[in-house]
Amino acid sequence: MTVAYEAVIGIECHVELRTATKMFCGCPNAFGGEPNTKICPVCLGMPGALPVPNARAIELIVTTGLAFGASIPAFSKFDRKNYFYPDMPKDYQISQYDMPLTAGGSVKYWLDDGAMKECRLTRIHLEEDTGKSTHAGSGDGRIAGSSYSLVDFNRAGVPLMECVSEPELTSPQEAIAYLESLRRTLLALDVSDVKMEEGSLRCDANVSVRPAGSAQLGTKTEIKNMNSFRSVERAIASEIERQIELLNSGGRIVQETRGWDEVNGVTHSMRSKEEAHDYRYFPDPDLVPLEIQPSDVTRLQASLPTLPWQRFERYTTEYGLAAKQATQLIDNRSLGAYFDSVVERSGNPQQSSNFVLGDLARLANETGVAVGDSGITAEHLAELIALVQSKRVNSKIAKALVERMWNGAGSPAAIVEREGLAQTSDRETIEPLVDQVLAAHPDVAANYRAGKQNVMGFLVGQVMKASGGKADPAVVNQLVRDKLS
Amino acid sequence: MSAQIDARLEKSAVEIAGDVCARRVSAVEVVESTLARIAAADGLLGSYLTVLSDSARAGAAAVDQRISRGEQLPLAGVPLAVKDNMCLDGTRTTCGSKILEHWIAPYTATAVARLIEAGAVPVGKTNCDEFAMGSSCENSALGVTRNPYDTARVPGGSSVGSASAVAAYEAALGLGSDTGGSIREPAAFCNLVGFKPTYGRVSRYGLVAFASSLDQIGPLTRTVRDAALAYDVMAGYDPMDATSINRPVEPTAGSLLDDLRGLRIGIVRDFDTKVLGDDLDGLYRKAYHDLERLGAQLVEVALPTADYGVPTYYLIAPAECSSNLARFDGVRYGLRVDGEDVRAMYDNTRAAGFGPEVKRRILIGTHALSSGYYDAYYVRAQKARTLIARDFERAFARCDLIACPAASCTAFEFAAKSDPYSMYLMDYYTIPMSLAGLPALSVPCGWSRPPGGSVPMPVGLQLCAPLFGERSLLGAAHAYEQATRHALARSPVADGAPA
Repeated sequence: MTVAYEAVIGIECHVELRTATKMFCGCPNAFGGEPNTKICPVCLGMPGALPVPNARAIELIVTTGLAFGASIPAFSKFDRKNYFYPDMPKDYQISQYDMPLTAGGSVKYWLDDGAMKECRLTRIHLEEDTGKSTHAGSGDGRIAGSSYSLVDFNRAGVPLMECVSEPELTSPQEAIAYLESLRRTLLALDVSDVKMEEGSLRCDANVSVRPAGSAQLGTKTEIKNMNSFRSVERAIASEIERQIELLNSGGRIVQETRGWDEVNGVTHSMRSKEEAHDYRYFPDPDLVPLEIQPSDVTRLQASLPTLPWQRFERYTTEYGLAAKQATQLIDNRSLGAYFDSVVERSGNPQQSSNFVLGDLARLANETGVAVGDSGITAEHLAELIALVQSKRVNSKIAKALVERMWNGAGSPAAIVEREGLAQTSDRETIEPLVDQVLAAHPDVAANYRAGKQNVMGFLVGQVMKASGGKADPAVVNQLVRDKLS
Repeated sequence: MSAQIDARLEKSAVEIAGDVCARRVSAVEVVESTLARIAAADGLLGSYLTVLSDSARAGAAAVDQRISRGEQLPLAGVPLAVKDNMCLDGTRTTCGSKILEHWIAPYTATAVARLIEAGAVPVGKTNCDEFAMGSSCENSALGVTRNPYDTARVPGGSSVGSASAVAAYEAALGLGSDTGGSIREPAAFCNLVGFKPTYGRVSRYGLVAFASSLDQIGPLTRTVRDAALAYDVMAGYDPMDATSINRPVEPTAGSLLDDLRGLRIGIVRDFDTKVLGDDLDGLYRKAYHDLERLGAQLVEVALPTADYGVPTYYLIAPAECSSNLARFDGVRYGLRVDGEDVRAMYDNTRAAGFGPEVKRRILIGTHALSSGYYDAYYVRAQKARTLIARDFERAFARCDLIACPAASCTAFEFAAKSDPYSMYLMDYYTIPMSLAGLPALSVPCGWSRPPGGSVPMPVGLQLCAPLFGERSLLGAAHAYEQATRHALARSPVADGAPA
């Protein structure tokens, strides 16, 4: 008999902070560059060199904590995490153990259908990144079989945020939605560029399964080596499947670290709990305890922007946008900001969203110019929306106007005025055009009368064309129908 | 024998700087004499691991140029001996260890840089117990250093080369580091003033860490005034050291005292000098009496937890050192002994690179921090440390300074202390002050012939002040030194022959 299982997932993220300099020295914090060019005695762990904390990095962590509603303890400290690794210059990592900068809080995230969920955070703490090893001589870059290794310390000492969730996510989809929301928030806070492909966002997943409805957690495994959101989703799904199959066949889950194999789509055992390090954490005697001033917390709290989940709620609940549209606007920073200022001026979120996500997104894509840098200002788009709303121009004219405005044609009202593009609903003006078209296409008219309703579009199109696009399509439709009946 | 020493070298650092500033002598001449003295005496004494002849000559010439431009440099032309656990750009910095035997420092320690800026000229890097762990220099992997007052005896530890160099006129100013007594003990053994400032007063940037929460750089000198001047130059906030204290420094050299009137000096009830033998007991009683004679009011104070100093220290210092010394792994610098894989390379490198005492402390520290033992050892030691500091606070409510022995004996013969614990007890009187972060110094207080010894050896009186009490500490030490002049009773071995 097979039991129904449910998954329990926790996510641990490492995020490189966007600061000018590294965490404990003055070297630049920038991705890439010639190996070992952004280094100094401090980030190389030279004898006698000492760390001095980067105040900006501490602020960024506190800001992030506040954005997630975490509490900010008055005291915090740095600890040493001791283990030997060739890309770790001091053979200990300066991290935080029992007094992290932030405690608790939660990440609000939403699923594709727009349902808002919440996953609590255990903690967010600050540490330093390691260097990067390259293994040579094995052909595939792996350490097994390699004849030597090279280490690049440019990344060593870059400020790193560790953000640990409670085990509260229940599916790969939720895990991805959580990660997306975390990523969006960090971008909105300008805390990091959060690029998985450049390693500025890295994540591990703790996965366990238990009989559905059980209150007790199953034995967990930790999944590593996932280098995209897609691989996180696949790895978690594969691991859940593996665990359920194992349990159903009478097996037992072993607490261990497992690596994700992207090519074969499976996880494989890396090391067991018994092989886990004793990190011998202790307070770093080179650094004094951190005192977080309440006035700084107040200042950082006040400087928080509107957060992505708050925007999502506004877009969907207040504006009535579909979840997909709302998400698109949130994920495209320049379109989203533009949208907000158009709505502010037009008072018409749906039309604003249609233009921004439709024509403007397409134009931005085609021209490679961000909407904010194009010739079309939010004022002018709001003006155009007002023209459409009051039926002064029809959608076809509006579309043509948008293209011209993108290239800097200016006020749409002025263009309409100057070029006489205003829509006409006047039957006296339109009727002769209808007659003209029906006379020119007697066979089509006959077809319609014979029951071929689908030729209607052709006839209306011809009339619109004859009007130079200005005729009100609703009036044209009505007149054609009247004439043929 | 002292007739063989160039008279210019017998002057104090303050006098040498005064002469150089007044152009009575050039920095180049002082440095040349010093290099000649080193060449004559160091074969036997072994103070230096590296003699910086070329850079010292260039440095002295640069000082003379600055003087000729009219600059006033407080340490103009003063020959400086730097303990080999402090970085000096472009020079070998070994820490007395095989693992760093050929390592060239790529930058200069802040304290050394400040002394150079003030006109001091580093003439060499001096021997020390490996990574400053030891009390006799017998833990140096790179050489033997002898006591200039009896070359059959140790000069103390761990800042030994700087002590023997200054005592034997191979330098006028020595730089040491003190973690549990490593400046004060060799000062006591070598008839010098050895001063450990308040923790955080002198930047540790560029001092190769042994125990970060205890290490402090300080001077070894022949006079209190020299120590005060060196301290005034080195002390003060350094943005490169997060533990350096950002608070103005009260200059000390201009406020040295002539007597001790109005000062209350605490004599520690728990430090019964009778256990040191009649001779030393008599000397310390005499020293306390001299303090009183100079106008101080003696009060009895209690340091009931001081007895826990040594065990507390031997958990905290090894714990920190186990982590601080992890970086010596053969990957980036220093010794590398290859192996099958990286793990074997670590093992081979560290097995060959570290001496037995360093290994012992790494093991003790690793154990003290390991899961399941952390609370029982490290956390309890930290609590004991807090209690010891509170004892001092209570004592200093009743007195301005504390006086006590600087060491539990005089300089002993090589190989006399074979078990580590008896060596650890050498620092019994200096460790409590280190744990409390307090400023303390050793000043010569007389001579005592050790059992079986051929000649009397120097004895040091330790004075200790509350945090940031450097001014009254040095002031009082100066008054005592000037009134007693114990240091002048004997000259060191001049040319290497036993006195």
